[in-house]
Amino acid sequence: MTATPVSPTESELGRSRKRKEDARLVTGRTRWTDNMTVPGMLHMAVLRSPVAHARITSVDTSEARRMPGVQAVVTGSDIAQRQGSLPCAWPVTADMKAPPAPAMAVDTVNFAGEAVAMVAARSAAEARDALDAIDIDYEDLDVVLDIESAARDDSPLVHQDLGTNRNATWTFDSAEAGTGGDVDAALREADIRLDRTFRQQRLIPAFMEPRSVLADPTGEQYTMYSATQVPHILRTMLAMTLGTPEQKIRVIAPDVGGGFGGKLQVTPEEILAFLLAEQLGRPVKWTESRSETMVAGHHGRDQVQRLSLAARSDGTVTGLDVKLLADMGAYLRLVTPGIPILGALMFNAIYKFPAYRFSCTNVFTNKTPTDAYRGAGRPEATFAIERMMDELAAELDMDPMEIRRRNWIGHDEFPYTTVAGLTYDSGNYEVATDRAMEMFGYQQLRDEQLRRRQSDDTVQLGIGISTFTEMCGLAPSRVLGSLSYGAGGWENSQVRVLPTGKVEVVTGTSPHGQSHVTSWSQIVADRLGVPFDDVEVLHGDTQSSPRGLDTYGSRSLTVGGIAAVHAADKVIDKARRIAAHLLECSEDDLDFSDGRFAVRGTDKGVAITDVALAAFTAHDLPEGVEPNLDAEANFDPENFSFPHGTHLCAVEVDTGTGGVRIRSYVCVDDVGSVVNPMIVEGQVHGGLAQGIAQALYEEAVYDDDGTLTTATLADYLVPSAVDLPEFHTDRTETDATSNPLGVKGVGEAGTIASTPAVVNAVVDALRHYGVNDVQMPCSPQRVWRALAGVRAGSSTGSESGGGLGSIDSGGGFATGASGGAR
Amino acid sequence: MPRITVEVDGTTYTDEVQARTLLVQYLRDQLGKVGTVVGCDTSNCGACTVHMDGHSVKSCSVLAVQADGHEVTTVESLSHDGQLHPMQRAFHDNHALQCGFCTPGMIMQALDLLAENPEPDDEQIREGLEGNLCRCTGYQNIVRAVRDASQQMRAGAGPAMEHSGEAPAPRTSTEQTTQQRVAGGQS
Repeated sequence: MTATPVSPTESELGRSRKRKEDARLVTGRTRWTDNMTVPGMLHMAVLRSPVAHARITSVDTSEARRMPGVQAVVTGSDIAQRQGSLPCAWPVTADMKAPPAPAMAVDTVNFAGEAVAMVAARSAAEARDALDAIDIDYEDLDVVLDIESAARDDSPLVHQDLGTNRNATWTFDSAEAGTGGDVDAALREADIRLDRTFRQQRLIPAFMEPRSVLADPTGEQYTMYSATQVPHILRTMLAMTLGTPEQKIRVIAPDVGGGFGGKLQVTPEEILAFLLAEQLGRPVKWTESRSETMVAGHHGRDQVQRLSLAARSDGTVTGLDVKLLADMGAYLRLVTPGIPILGALMFNAIYKFPAYRFSCTNVFTNKTPTDAYRGAGRPEATFAIERMMDELAAELDMDPMEIRRRNWIGHDEFPYTTVAGLTYDSGNYEVATDRAMEMFGYQQLRDEQLRRRQSDDTVQLGIGISTFTEMCGLAPSRVLGSLSYGAGGWENSQVRVLPTGKVEVVTGTSPHGQSHVTSWSQIVADRLGVPFDDVEVLHGDTQSSPRGLDTYGSRSLTVGGIAAVHAADKVIDKARRIAAHLLECSEDDLDFSDGRFAVRGTDKGVAITDVALAAFTAHDLPEGVEPNLDAEANFDPENFSFPHGTHLCAVEVDTGTGGVRIRSYVCVDDVGSVVNPMIVEGQVHGGLAQGIAQALYEEAVYDDDGTLTTATLADYLVPSAVDLPEFHTDRTETDATSNPLGVKGVGEAGTIASTPAVVNAVVDALRHYGVNDVQMPCSPQRVWRALAGVRAGSSTGSESGGGLGSIDSGGGFATGASGGAR
Repeated sequence: MPRITVEVDGTTYTDEVQARTLLVQYLRDQLGKVGTVVGCDTSNCGACTVHMDGHSVKSCSVLAVQADGHEVTTVESLSHDGQLHPMQRAFHDNHALQCGFCTPGMIMQALDLLAENPEPDDEQIREGLEGNLCRCTGYQNIVRAVRDASQQMRAGAGPAMEHSGEAPAPRTSTEQTTQQRVAGGQS
């Protein structure tokens, strides 16, 4: 794992450096939370409610307390006063309805999987055994599962005290905001009006490392190891929720095995492990089983989307009205109510809609709470608008790419302020699209499609398009404030040049697979002109990295990386004063490049590493200069980041079986300037996999009693290597103007873009039969039923294809699931 | 409690274990071999894959007592003297890991795959890794890495395929040649 030597002139930026992170990970020298063992450590196991909605009528823990190795059995009523309510940091509206969210249920359970008791024992096996000896009686309450009926006034209630299942309604209207026209007028006056309803099924983040927590109360501070994306947020929220002084809490996110938003949370189990450790005065570790991940870790998506689009007969769009119902599940977690709102300003996408209105009603149900999952609000928006653009093309019998070209923002129109009030700083949709069309062989595939249609081939070809953009790089603090978010969006970094000339970079972002150590090393090595291998990146421990807002929303590079740039620049400024002093010249006469200050017009100079030693010895420093080369910087972005790209998917659909095979997937993404192309490509691949998985495979399915029936990886279809195609990726580079590196976010782009490309392709393959929608996931059964429905001239029975999700079998969606002919 | 003797990564251990203890629990909790991890409860994810007598097994679906008298190899023993095994190097070179949680199992399964088929095409690689889930990479770079490793590990191309202990008994006569080819360069 030695790095190849760099010639000093070769730029670190834009270079596919192999990862520093790999050396430990490929050899098994890892520090996953569950690997940790500390002296005196006990194991915690959590008993979970088997029912979705019930009153707890009696609890008997006496037998469990007598089990071998058991130190404590704790129920909700034992900690009712101490546990507080889990935090929700995003009250989206002033009148938002929020129920108390105890880490452990006290007298009522509101979803199957909610914690009802916990055990501390000598071993994990003994703790688990004791759960079986706890006896709890439940009195069933009405179970609320379907969001459409839950939103109605006559629905049974999830939380009686709230008096409604509606959490909040959040609206945006371009006419009111002064950013555009009146949607009702646009719809009234339209040549074409399209009304469609789409369903975003419920997904499970399914990170590979199950969640794990180790709470150690044996030091002066409580030390909390957690498999989390957000160690800094967790520390502050533990203090706010439990009243423990913040300075008495240290949170460490050691090696973290993926997150995808699923570990952007302050979890019940983190609170519970903390309380158990506090009560017993001994370290307590909890590691979940996969089934616990599935039922108790938060879920994602789950919306019903109703869209109305107005257009002229030449294909020019004139208005868009979006009405969402979003399933919160049983409780509000950290940012639950804000997730659909992250899509509120993105439905207009890259298109020049003159009028736009958005309304989202958040609804409680007796299901696992939802929250962030890769893309968080933006995949939902992109899916809906990209599906609508294809529907419009079909309605007008136009090529779907032609429709998009007619309506998108031209490269000469940037910066462009959209109808939703966002200003897209840069982009070039034409170049990315032209490149993608060329790689894809668009026309040849259209020709083949025509041949297959004409010959009535059993296997039909479909072509799907997604020309997406998204807003990421969360986020300008003032914008978050205007959206009622409970924190800022800045990031922090420190850069320290050590006496020996080596460099430490501290970042407040918290990687869990994104390769920050490698990328930040490149950025700072480039800035300071020091070798890549001389840079150490410190993160994920509130003691060594005291300030930060962690990793989510494709923010780390565009916010945290830029903070590191500014910190490095401050180091250079500081070093310049010392160098000028050492060289007995004016600061203005110094040029800094390749790590060396040179006196202009002479051969005199000094390396920044030598300046660091001079600063350390402090024998001869200029007046007022501190004896170190350390600097700290905060960065609060002025704008979001707007990556974009063109994704093209060709699928073969077997009309006999409903089976879908991805024949070709091409994408050309523009994520601005790139620090490490290899890492960026990897992020795109992984994003595509998750977006395609939503289109074709994954769904969290509940039965009528509110039991999750997809609670293992045997039932919840995370794709394997045989389920995914070879991706053909390329990039264009249109620099962001909002930061000095010109970079844009990339972590979520593939997921946001790919889902509609795949579904558009599936529908395109069947369009000539009369199919105009197939609900996700487009399983063989759903595809076959869609075809059978139109062939029979009506929709078939009420059984859904893959599962019910939010949608009750008696509701309007069951027919949609079984046939697209609406 | 049953008493077992197992050789793990070249060291012999004799321990009493509960009859219900899984091999992966024995490795992690009793031997401290935490390089091998647990990702699910249903033997779907493959994160816990190790070799038993040279063949890949999901160590969550083997009881510790079933390993009695057998030889277990984990990802921790693949590199020698600071030199990565060609498969580990190929994963590094091809950016075949992001969070790295699935990587130990993926590497052990990839070795088993090459032992059966030293020069697989991409489809055979994907089929051979079907029982190992990765949520980060979309698999493309893992496929590249295994292809790369298969080239690096051809006869004479690299160090020992697995470990320097006694080579496992081949399962079929055709496999005998396979084993030798994959293990090429083994001294």
